[in-house]
Amino acid sequence: MSDTTLSGSKIETETVVPAASGKKAPKGYSVSTLPGFSIIAIFTFFALYAPIMILVLYSFNAGTSLAIWEGFSLRWYAQAAGNERVIDAAIRSLILAGSAATIASISATMAALATTRTRRFKGRTMIYALINQPLMVPEIVTAVALLIVFAWIKVMTGYTSLLYLVAAHTAFCIPFAYLPIRARLETMDDTLEVAARDLYASPMQVFRRVTLPLMWPGIIAGFMLAFVISLDDVVITEFVKSAGQETIPTYMLGQLRRVVTPEVNAISTIILVAGAVLVSLFFWVSRERR
Amino acid sequence: MSDMALNTPPEPGALELEEARQDNRSRWLLALPALLIIGCFATLPLLVMLVYAFLTPGDYGNVVWKFSTDGWVAVLLQRDIFDDTLMWADAHLSIFWRSLRLSLITTVLTLVFGVPTAWFIATRPREKRQFWLFLVTVPFWTNLLVRTIAIQELIRSEGVINLILLKIGIIDEPIQMMFTDFAIGFGMTYVYLPLMVLPVYAAVDKLDFRLVEAAHDLYAGRWTAFRRVILPLIKPGIIAGSILVFIPCLGAYVTPRVLGGGKNLMFGNLIELQFGAGRNWPLGAALSLTLMAIVMVALIYYVRVTSREREDV
Repeated sequence: MSDTTLSGSKIETETVVPAASGKKAPKGYSVSTLPGFSIIAIFTFFALYAPIMILVLYSFNAGTSLAIWEGFSLRWYAQAAGNERVIDAAIRSLILAGSAATIASISATMAALATTRTRRFKGRTMIYALINQPLMVPEIVTAVALLIVFAWIKVMTGYTSLLYLVAAHTAFCIPFAYLPIRARLETMDDTLEVAARDLYASPMQVFRRVTLPLMWPGIIAGFMLAFVISLDDVVITEFVKSAGQETIPTYMLGQLRRVVTPEVNAISTIILVAGAVLVSLFFWVSRERR
Repeated sequence: MSDMALNTPPEPGALELEEARQDNRSRWLLALPALLIIGCFATLPLLVMLVYAFLTPGDYGNVVWKFSTDGWVAVLLQRDIFDDTLMWADAHLSIFWRSLRLSLITTVLTLVFGVPTAWFIATRPREKRQFWLFLVTVPFWTNLLVRTIAIQELIRSEGVINLILLKIGIIDEPIQMMFTDFAIGFGMTYVYLPLMVLPVYAAVDKLDFRLVEAAHDLYAGRWTAFRRVILPLIKPGIIAGSILVFIPCLGAYVTPRVLGGGKNLMFGNLIELQFGAGRNWPLGAALSLTLMAIVMVALIYYVRVTSREREDV
């Protein structure tokens, strides 16, 4: 098969989509139909959402049992809200995700400005590789490596605070923040900035009044992605945290060892809703640019 | 593209070279904070771990600063307590085997469900695809632990599946599904399925349907067309998806911990054990580096497959 047929056809794909080629094929005959595929696909979509839905449903169960439905109640939400350890962990999670995502998106913005809209410069591939390095190593490996280093520092200095977690989270959030920011920058050409410069704007003015507003959707998207990633992290947090520094995910992981009450379902539901909202927002923000 | 042409002078003179050098320097400076953070809190610790893999375990965890290769030896072998002879560390081997087996099974299962799903999405009208893709992507971005808990709710002894089976009368007493290899495989398939759908979708999206029509014109049945025409064309997407699923499975920690319990360990849990009850940090470090090396090989293969795909189209 030659490359030319493939690349040549790419432009026409729109018109070649089976539905459009109906004039040649017998009525109702579509080459894109494969026996059983649609059924499996529909089942897959159902299977993707059913477990989550069941989890959400049981968080509203009035009874203690996870299996028997005893009527609608917000009892477990009230219990979670009244549980000091949950509130403590939730606040810590938010502070952690907020600071990690902020530092990550600022440094990722700078890195994206440095690596886009330029000719290939010496070391650019190196910068790419370094920024994406946290994505390439299994989380458990990064987690124990950090455990080793931080254990050493903690023994040497006796200093234990949330800063260790912030540092660890920032590091693995940067690649996630970097992706949408870089994507945004790559779709921007520099005509507006050139125009601003022609009108005697100083470099700082160009950046503040032209570049930054243009890349803002990318930065917001990057921040949200980093925030969600930090909020969801269990493995690295579990290994890096000092005693008493539970976040919501590590608190839940700890609870699973004991008797599971629907309280865990209630917390899960809140996380699900928060995550779904953030991700939908992310999609919305990144769609804006097209 | 356009600014590339703008920025590159046709004949770089000394002034332009100096300018380029300055531009280069400021770009590195701009990237520096990100690089420093990742360097200090992601890359450097890996190097420290490499050192730790060659030290002697301390009595209460941590290490004693004395060179030793025992950590590496212990990845695969163990010493007899009495006569010091080396033999295969069966416990480790069985854990490696479980990791490999479950990762492969999960990859196959995600293929079985993921390929038809990707096909389904890619054959919808263009304006509706975004919606279906969104449906696949949202679960992927929701908390992994929460999704694992959802599976736990489903397969517990008092879980929904057992409840329904009992109601219908197929079984008399609940089936024990939690804390088995089945539970881990089931959970990982659920959790990592979107990683299969997305690259396969990208491949089907690029598929030239005229080639499929040609196959039909030449009297190929649907299955023959799928096997002989479609499958070879979307193969890069399938390989990419398989690697994307296989890698996190191999390093999985949360799913096997929650669904597998204390007995059905996978690679990630074996690593954790060395830093907890096992008190053998050098072995833990050596195991981590081994896992990392395996993942790197898979990743390099992935990059080669995806870049070849890009060249083809």
